[in-house]
Amino acid sequence: MDALLLARLQFAFTIGFHFLFPPISIGLAWLLVIMEGLGWRKNDEMYVRMGKFFGKMLALTFAVGVATGIVMEFQFGTNWAVYSKFVGDIFGAPLAAEGIFAFFLESGFLGLYLFGRNKVSKGVHWFSILMVALGATISAFWIIVANSWQQTPAGYILRNGRAELTSFYDAVFNPSTVIRYLHTVDAALIAGAFFVTGIAAYLILKGKETELAYRAMKIAVIFGFITSLLELMPFGHEHAKQVARTQPEKFAALEGLYTSQSGAPLVFFAVPFTKPPELKAKMEMPGMLSWMAFGDVNARIKGINEFSPENIPPLWLTFVSFHNMVVLGMYFIAISLYACIQLRRKKLIETKWLLHLFVWSIPLPLAACQLGWITAEVGRQPWIVYGLLRTADAHSTTVTAGEIGFSIILFGLIYLLLGILYIYILVREVNHGPLPVKM
Amino acid sequence: MDLNSVWFWLIAVLIIGYAILDGFDFGVGILSLFGRDEKERRIHVNAIGPVWDGNEVWLITGGGALFAAFPAVYATVFSGFYIALMLLLAALIFRAVSFEFRNKVDSPAWRHAWDWAFGLGSTLPAILFGVAMGNILHGVPIDANGNYLGTFIGLLNPYSIGVGVLSLVLFTMHGAIYLATKTDGHLRDRCQKWATHLWMDYVMLYIIITMWTWLASPFLFKDSSSKSMFYVFIIVLLGSIVYLPILLKAGKFNRAFLVSSLIIAAMLGQMALSLYPRLVPSSIDLNDSLTIYNSSSSLLTLQTMLVIALIGIPIVLVYSICIHYVFRGKVEITEESY
Repeated sequence: MDALLLARLQFAFTIGFHFLFPPISIGLAWLLVIMEGLGWRKNDEMYVRMGKFFGKMLALTFAVGVATGIVMEFQFGTNWAVYSKFVGDIFGAPLAAEGIFAFFLESGFLGLYLFGRNKVSKGVHWFSILMVALGATISAFWIIVANSWQQTPAGYILRNGRAELTSFYDAVFNPSTVIRYLHTVDAALIAGAFFVTGIAAYLILKGKETELAYRAMKIAVIFGFITSLLELMPFGHEHAKQVARTQPEKFAALEGLYTSQSGAPLVFFAVPFTKPPELKAKMEMPGMLSWMAFGDVNARIKGINEFSPENIPPLWLTFVSFHNMVVLGMYFIAISLYACIQLRRKKLIETKWLLHLFVWSIPLPLAACQLGWITAEVGRQPWIVYGLLRTADAHSTTVTAGEIGFSIILFGLIYLLLGILYIYILVREVNHGPLPVKM
Repeated sequence: MDLNSVWFWLIAVLIIGYAILDGFDFGVGILSLFGRDEKERRIHVNAIGPVWDGNEVWLITGGGALFAAFPAVYATVFSGFYIALMLLLAALIFRAVSFEFRNKVDSPAWRHAWDWAFGLGSTLPAILFGVAMGNILHGVPIDANGNYLGTFIGLLNPYSIGVGVLSLVLFTMHGAIYLATKTDGHLRDRCQKWATHLWMDYVMLYIIITMWTWLASPFLFKDSSSKSMFYVFIIVLLGSIVYLPILLKAGKFNRAFLVSSLIIAAMLGQMALSLYPRLVPSSIDLNDSLTIYNSSSSLLTLQTMLVIALIGIPIVLVYSICIHYVFRGKVEITEESY
């Protein structure tokens, strides 16, 4: 295999693994802000124990997220040196800003949150988890800024063989930043909500600390329903509209529109084939796509056939990952809506099958995050910076395939170990349950 | 001073901050390998438990700042030092998770394994930090196009390994002094003894490495010896080196910690001053070196980044100092501890 392919493999697998953890951290941190806030304001010991219980899981998740995150920051330079030189003038600033505005905040205050419970006042302690949540959310902002600039570059000029900054504001708030940020952070909130709901459901099924678990579940299912609904409308919808306007090749690929047409249909289900690109066993609604993307059922949308072959993304993967993400998103709305209804009827605890379903649903928002990320990144190919620099021209020319092979094996083994240990320890912690009430 | 120089010194400050802060984390981790029993090793872990993560952020921010201000250096050095960086990352990963993992399963073998991960995950970065600095002082093979032509084995030249040993000793001493501020009784007495011994090793190594540097890279001394700051750094460094054992003997560990921080700052400051305006000297032809001018970002980016730094850094300093203040005093093992 050549160095380029290996470098791409390494990036995909290290970011994919890393991206399992920050969504939980972000979502869980905000839920802890609610739990610890209730514990503080109501002076209720049960919420404090709830906070300690889920706080430990935040610490564990955060640690693996940090450990795998540093790799990402170094990897642009190690594996993508040509890219780094080309975009450094613009791309480096968000990464540095992330360190200054976000990482210091979350890591500093996480220490205070985890170890300072008896060293500072309750108000300051609550403030510390608020700062952790805020830091994690700000960190997501700067990363999305950097990645959105790759998708829809703005505020630059090509000069001296690289992209140079002309407007920091335009580069930061490029056409896709805001909507992609909302879409991604909300996905993280859903991941946190399903994490807490699933663990609470598990405790209820085991008959352990049912009162505490029920209260946690109440917070999390409502939180999960609101965030799931927002993810579809407006965030998901608006994001798709933005892609349709700014990255038509990607839009055609993810919607499976292989020939240009007016009154383009929205495809709900299909089996994609690649040579020639074709959808079989289609379930679709005519005109719907045109209406959703451009507000007019007759709007003409460009299909894959209109773009030159060297500029179109891989069709199969983009289509499949996008549609499965949407299916999962619908599932989250349905299951959390039903849970809210059962909660109102006070029948949530008795609906055992729903509780079981929630336990098994813990990893699904993470799967949706991965699929969304694959859609975004694979859909941008063959560009590393849309329209400006091709992925094939961006990797480090001085690093050999053998060296990358070595690092893939090294990180492959380490991440496998981390993944297994993370799940093992998490399951143990959940089985231990919350700490008992102090006598 | 132009913006390129401002950024040169800002990145120097970030690297110095990282060396001082994560330096004591490394030292405590290295010394944990010599802990006598489970209780002692647990004190090591918890002495830095609440703060190590914030300390590591200095590295991440330094990396980001280097990328933003001098992308050509970030790209050339990081791709050039490929294998070394991958090993560094692997070590940092193991250290990071060892805090969370070690106390989660009640089995001596499990804990033992994570103690090793913690110890070795601290030792390797402490050496590699010096090896990286050694290579930069020595110069690395960079051609006229700014491409790195060396190999991993080439990075492990005797001079750079020497600097690696120096940084290992210095960080271990720094960590021993930090640990002394956080402990009582026998462990503190041992820290005091360790620190004193390591101080002697450090002085010896420092003399050898300085002479070796003078032979290996005379260009470092040519320009810098005419600058007045050069002598300020020397005086601070020599003063701190002389003062440190007196403080250690008197048992004034808090002040000794400040002084050993000054040693690190003055050494790295002096190094930065001798390199300036080069960031990475080329060992092929000094004229092909990466400098703050031929590898920098555009003026607008440097200006924007300066604004970000001026807004962000004071805020970071305020709450970081507050958090360190909350965790002042001796280590207490409670139910919340690692």
